Amino acid sequence: MSKVHVTTTVNGDEVEFLAEPRQSLLEVLRDELKLTGTKEGCNDGNCGACSVVFDGTLVASCCVLGVEADGKKVETVEGMATPDALHPLQQAFLEETGMQCGICTPGFLISSKELLKSKPNPSEEEIRFWLANNLCRCTGYDKIVKAVQKAAAVMEEA
Amino acid sequence: MNAPTTPPPVKTEFDVVGTTPIRKDGEEKVTGAALFGDDIHLPGMLHGAMLRSPHPHARIVSIDTSKAAALKGVRTVITGADMPTLSSTVVAAGEGGEVNMQDIADNCIARDKVFYDGHVVAAVAADNKHIAEAACALIEVEYELLEPVLNVHDAVAEGAPVLHEDYTPGAFLFPTQKALPNAGRLFMEHGDVDATFDACDHVVEREFTTKSVHQGYIEPHVTTAVWTGEDTLTIHTSTQGGFAIRDFMASFMNMPMSKIKVVPMEIGGGFGGKDVVYLDSLAAVMAKRTGRPVKIFMSRSEVLRGTGPSPETYIKVKIGCNNEGQLLAADLYLLFEAGAYPGGPIAPGTMCALTRYNIPNVRLDGYDVFLNKPKMKPYRAPGATQANFAAESAIADLAEMAGIDPIQFRLTNALKPGDMMPMGFPCPPLGSIEMLNAIKNHPHYTAPLEGENRGRGISYAFWFGAGLASCAEIRCNTDGTINLTTGSADLSGTRTTLGMQAAEELGVDNDLITTNVGDTDSVGYTFQSVGSRTTFATGIAVISACRKLVEEMKKRAAMEWEVEGSEVDYASGVFTLKSDSSKTLSFGEICGKADHTGGPLIADASEFPEGVGFQIAANIVDVEVDVETGKVDILRYSTLQDVGKAVHPDFVEGQMQGGTVQGIGWALNEEYFYDEKGTLRNPTLLDYRMPTSLDVPNIDCTILETPNPGHPYGVRGVGEVPIVPPPAAIRDAIKNAIGVSLNDLPMKPGNVLKAIWEQKGK
Amino acid sequence: MHSFDFATPTSVSDAVAILAKEGSNARLLAGGTDLLIGMRVGRATPGLVVDAKQIPELKQYKLDGNGLQLGSAVTCRTLYEDSAVVDAYPALIESAELIGGMQTQGRASIGGNLCNAAPSGDSIPTLIVLGAEAVVIGPNGQRNLAVEDVCVAPGKTSLADNELLLTINIPAPAANSGACFQRFIPRNEMDIAIASVASSVVLSGDGSTFESARIALGAVGPTPIFAQGAGDLLAGKPVNEASIQEAADAAEAVATPINDMRGTIEQRKHLINVLTKRTLREAVARAKG
Repeated sequence: MSKVHVTTTVNGDEVEFLAEPRQSLLEVLRDELKLTGTKEGCNDGNCGACSVVFDGTLVASCCVLGVEADGKKVETVEGMATPDALHPLQQAFLEETGMQCGICTPGFLISSKELLKSKPNPSEEEIRFWLANNLCRCTGYDKIVKAVQKAAAVMEEA
Repeated sequence: MNAPTTPPPVKTEFDVVGTTPIRKDGEEKVTGAALFGDDIHLPGMLHGAMLRSPHPHARIVSIDTSKAAALKGVRTVITGADMPTLSSTVVAAGEGGEVNMQDIADNCIARDKVFYDGHVVAAVAADNKHIAEAACALIEVEYELLEPVLNVHDAVAEGAPVLHEDYTPGAFLFPTQKALPNAGRLFMEHGDVDATFDACDHVVEREFTTKSVHQGYIEPHVTTAVWTGEDTLTIHTSTQGGFAIRDFMASFMNMPMSKIKVVPMEIGGGFGGKDVVYLDSLAAVMAKRTGRPVKIFMSRSEVLRGTGPSPETYIKVKIGCNNEGQLLAADLYLLFEAGAYPGGPIAPGTMCALTRYNIPNVRLDGYDVFLNKPKMKPYRAPGATQANFAAESAIADLAEMAGIDPIQFRLTNALKPGDMMPMGFPCPPLGSIEMLNAIKNHPHYTAPLEGENRGRGISYAFWFGAGLASCAEIRCNTDGTINLTTGSADLSGTRTTLGMQAAEELGVDNDLITTNVGDTDSVGYTFQSVGSRTTFATGIAVISACRKLVEEMKKRAAMEWEVEGSEVDYASGVFTLKSDSSKTLSFGEICGKADHTGGPLIADASEFPEGVGFQIAANIVDVEVDVETGKVDILRYSTLQDVGKAVHPDFVEGQMQGGTVQGIGWALNEEYFYDEKGTLRNPTLLDYRMPTSLDVPNIDCTILETPNPGHPYGVRGVGEVPIVPPPAAIRDAIKNAIGVSLNDLPMKPGNVLKAIWEQKGK
Repeated sequence: MHSFDFATPTSVSDAVAILAKEGSNARLLAGGTDLLIGMRVGRATPGLVVDAKQIPELKQYKLDGNGLQLGSAVTCRTLYEDSAVVDAYPALIESAELIGGMQTQGRASIGGNLCNAAPSGDSIPTLIVLGAEAVVIGPNGQRNLAVEDVCVAPGKTSLADNELLLTINIPAPAANSGACFQRFIPRNEMDIAIASVASSVVLSGDGSTFESARIALGAVGPTPIFAQGAGDLLAGKPVNEASIQEAADAAEAVATPINDMRGTIEQRKHLINVLTKRTLREAVARAKG
């Protein structure tokens, strides 16, 4: 089973790598591209720690094969901030303490970013529904929900 | 546990403590730059995998690793026989107890027998994890199956299969005594319990059960071992305590503690489950055999099968009061699973089951029961949640039977400061009465609750917390900035709360201070981040170091003014000559003169605080029950907690909310589901059902502050007690909603439906 | 995970040729949210994984007067983000919104959910009550079969190894019709159904009488169950609680659940009764507009 040459775009940069078909997108991001911001929590699509945007859609990167990324675009937490400023969601998660240990944070940020793209002014219920595939064991979710609400308000103003 | 000594009065006016600065490690956590345990990639690093037993109880007859070793890309294969022999096995564990290190070593990899589904029998290091996993599948193990012991009742029954020919009884917090072939025992009695029940006007007897639940941290266990010399080992791991890992490893590897360095990575949650060795010894042995770094990362199913859980329990409660609602006698019989080896949380569970109330006649009979499940681990207020569910539910039923308002009933019996405690000393300052009154006056409690099948419940909880050893080192730079290093792993923002205490004590801007978690070579021994102790106990070490630093800096200022150090005052970042207040030097100026006044300015402190402030919490919850399906919806939730002094109120709320939601999960849906063969059937996050964001409402927080005299600022531990009250509160609410009593956790839809059918008919 | 090769056919004919050659050695990857997890735990060990998502026909859908022609790899999220589909098939959307969380719905497809053939598959009872047909293609050409004939055992379909699911065709909703899907889970999201029911009804013009009804059950047998008798008995009956209760009892009677970690036999049969009533009431409400 030979490795496959894959050309893809990650956070706007074209990258190439060799991957075995059995390697997930999560593994490829972490082990081949050394983008370790995307986390493994369960490896079966149930915790959301590995959330990325793949081809314009929110996915669990553990449930995507790395070879599927050929010719596609991938967005990870490492691409959210600019050199000058954090993304409003990142800033809001800091200000509202929307994290404790931080392991689930990249996944929540990516999911929330996609939520606000789809629904710029979500209700609390919509936020809780959208984020239900992202498990957090530390916060009890309240401060995460508040951070998303705050970021939505900031982005609405901008 | 010693009686607290009388300390100096606590500080009451603060500049930094009580504010909510943004956490210092926050930015790297929102950008993905923070390095957690699995984020390390060392040159030449191999990846490990484990083969685990599918049987709960079996003798290992033989292991053939030849096919695995021959697989391309496999670098080494090990079994229990390849692990070093421990030179000393039984070590002191404080409070007169002992821990058998061999048990903990055997829990990492079995030698002769496997004791649970998921017990490691062999490990492989290979070029990548896929190869390592494939190699594990090629290892052939011959087992002689033994009859498994799968529940506490079977385990303590006469004639039960015996797990261990001999054992060192568990000593978690308090020692247990050898009692039964499969159980250690903790027995305490005062007063005349049996005779007093006869004199009670009301007596309730109930049996309660709870299921095993997992700590559920999102980051699986991971470690990387690398030998930096023939006899020097470095471990990069995410752990609640680097020194604990170092000391366990020194024992397991027969090495001096000084030759092992544990580098703490960012840790993705622990809750009591990440303070012991599971993988480090396997990685170290394989790294030694291959001469290459070895990383091992557990899969989620390995985490659920092989680590963690908090024990399943059976608790029988008999409790009685008089017509005035005064509790007179209580008798508790508690069977807590220890799992495969002694040392589960029976003692803290037993000890705090009733401690929040004054009861003159009490018998506590607790058992630490060995059976064929994973070695049980602490989980946030270990043992207290199970014990509180049982005792608090029985008390709710007793108050109802006596016809007394539930809050008044608790007020009548509440442990107050000065009351004699079961441990034999008077209760230190505790805001118990204030808290119970705060429930009564809470807008949630006074709000009307209408609608069919809706009910409101309350509960009240107590937890000890811990003091233990902590070290801190503070270093001033010549530009006036400060580096603070402690040995405490940061699970939730404690670098910030420790730095804030330094800023408060030094009277300097919080932004001047950078706090980091030291590796075991760079700071003094510090006990694990457990027992709600970090902000409290390590905080005391930080404050002590700051005080030493100020004394040293006074000497430096005195040198400038050619006086004695005692001639210098210090306040709010400014040193002043007592005899001439026009002469001042700022904190930064002294830092800048360090080279001319005797060298770099540093101070350190080691502390072992005794004045642990007890933690109390209460809940108010409204539920609605779908009586056709048995599903319980949480409509509104409020939690109250006495935190002594909230160093960072947002973080305190985070602890309260997070712990409460874990308690809600425990109450409603989380459980280990073993089949009759002893196989864990739900080792995934699909079927091990932790609450999602859609399952819980906002948890409203009320922070009460009764200063703890054992900390200079009045701080109490915060992290643990919030998990304790939810199951009893939710049971109370369900009972008030539909008139059905749930005495078994979890109160999942199937169990609620069954209880409705049993108590009200189908 | 075991080692395998990866193929990305770009046409149906290429895919059919690959499957004809590889047979049971190949597995189609649509969303991957079931297959990848299955391979990771050793439940599936294909030597070749064939990506279905580069085949345009499988990624398309068409909604017109004849109904919905749904390519087998169209994602759940694509469906529920199209308001025309949402308006026409609320029951299908109820299923699509329940297949995993957001991350899963962006990958998972109704076709994949059907071919995964889980007894608890959230879309399958709905497809059954909507009268959907599966269009399957293989070396010998195309064939259509009723959706209720697709699943034959847990994880097993009546499709041959060399066949692939092309589209699912759902007829246009009849006048005075309504449908509803509900499942019961312990949490509010992310669970496998303990029991689920889809119901569809066609009412008389005045809404007083059932003209016909279809009821299908999930997670209470080795496959989703088409409770045909339970639906048929409603034909000609007045729209009232007594009729609905009769159908619910009939549905409960054909449920053949097992005891497992997710639920007990007694609980599941009871839930079928409850959910049949709830879905019928909602379907009636929708039929009445």
